[in-house]
Amino acid sequence: MEVQKTALYNYHKNLGAKFVPFAGYEMPIQYKDGIVKEHISTRTHAGFFDVSHMGQFFLEGDETLIESLEKIIPADLKNLKVNHSKYSFLLNNEGGIIDDLIITRTEKGFCIILNAACKENDIKQISQFLKKNHKHLLNNDLSLIALQGPKSVAILEKLIPGVANLKFMTGNNFKYEGENLYVTRSGYTGEDGFEISISNTKVENLIDYLISNEVKPIGLGARDTLRLEAGLCLYGHDLNEKINPVEANLKWAIAKKRKEGGGFNGWEKIKNLLANGSEKIRVGIKPDGKVIARENTKIFSSDNNEIGFVTSGTFGPSVNAPVAMGYVKSEFSEIGTAIQLEVRGKKYGGKISELPFYKKSYVK
Amino acid sequence: MSEKKFSKKHEWVSLDGDVATVGITKHATEMLGDIVFVEVPDAGKAVEKEGQAAVVESTKAASDVYSPISGEITEGNKAIADDPGSVNSDPEGASWFFKLKIKDKGEYDSLMSKDEYDKFCKENPS
Repeated sequence: MEVQKTALYNYHKNLGAKFVPFAGYEMPIQYKDGIVKEHISTRTHAGFFDVSHMGQFFLEGDETLIESLEKIIPADLKNLKVNHSKYSFLLNNEGGIIDDLIITRTEKGFCIILNAACKENDIKQISQFLKKNHKHLLNNDLSLIALQGPKSVAILEKLIPGVANLKFMTGNNFKYEGENLYVTRSGYTGEDGFEISISNTKVENLIDYLISNEVKPIGLGARDTLRLEAGLCLYGHDLNEKINPVEANLKWAIAKKRKEGGGFNGWEKIKNLLANGSEKIRVGIKPDGKVIARENTKIFSSDNNEIGFVTSGTFGPSVNAPVAMGYVKSEFSEIGTAIQLEVRGKKYGGKISELPFYKKSYVK
Repeated sequence: MSEKKFSKKHEWVSLDGDVATVGITKHATEMLGDIVFVEVPDAGKAVEKEGQAAVVESTKAASDVYSPISGEITEGNKAIADDPGSVNSDPEGASWFFKLKIKDKGEYDSLMSKDEYDKFCKENPS
């Protein structure tokens, strides 16, 4: 398959991006400043991320659309207000996570933001439940820009008046250069910020404006260190089809009403796990020293029994220490439990840690 | 101290009598990005030419550091293990990785000169 490029590809090139193949796209991993500086400037000022490789999937339909989607998504879509968003999943029959997503109620239906690597399969999976009168569209004419960091609101409000009134996990339509764009207050860094859905023809103008306000371009490298410090999962690493939301420590994302009422893929299994707990569970991990426990690092108990594995691990520039997430047997999941991490054949001490590693400052 | 020699795996070596000092090149640090972890060998460890001797990790990935020359480690630079970021700021000076007592000066002589190394980097961009 041919490698795909976002509308901003040449723009990134001119900004000095280093590209890597990611989910079938050529995406910037970093720019001239490098990962640590990009990370810090997002936390202290603001950064923008081109996340146009992600799927912007629009659905329209009558009341039956909600019934259809609720068969595969365990959110309370019936009671989701227009312009409100929820973090949720697509689930398979075993309760495994096909993808994690953000779903927003629109005037005519829903918009779902899907992971780039999963979007084609996701649409296949969702389509199984759709009826003839439900319309759907993966809109490739739109770019998606995340603007993240404490200065985001002041900078975007100057350009698009009204965005400052948005609360976390809500959105609205705004006008920009005579065109409609959709802005939500959300993100993937643990910072206040926005995700802006904008036509491919206008996106360069928006980025020109952001850069003129000293907003730095941020690549996938810093996106990963930022989200990991914020304790957020990366699909394909921390989540996959064999992991369910209870094991992933994401049961909070299943609506209370849906936990009780069910009617979605894998509910029987999940109901049982909610009552009895799971064998393994996702936890935060802090190595004691400077050693970095990367993905697939084996985790051992203090008495040398293998108890789990790391799914994401890196150096956290704001924590100024290595941070990781992984799965351990549930009896070892208590905060502060001493563990050992096997790196290059040697065992290093560590502890089960609270998530997030870095505290958020969302506007509620 | 002799002139610095360079390996294809982006290490530099300088020689003082029969003790070599080894580090990674500025070019290597630019490829790696922000260095966040370093593991240096303990004194007494025997290393082979092109054998794994140390570890360097950036925010992106872990890489092995090879010894361009055989010998016995006399000292690992603990300062860079405590402050890995210093490798980015002074890779070819204070932030050397380890010293070793060499067996065969011929191995040192066969490494690249500064000019040869610069040419090698230009011809083999990452």
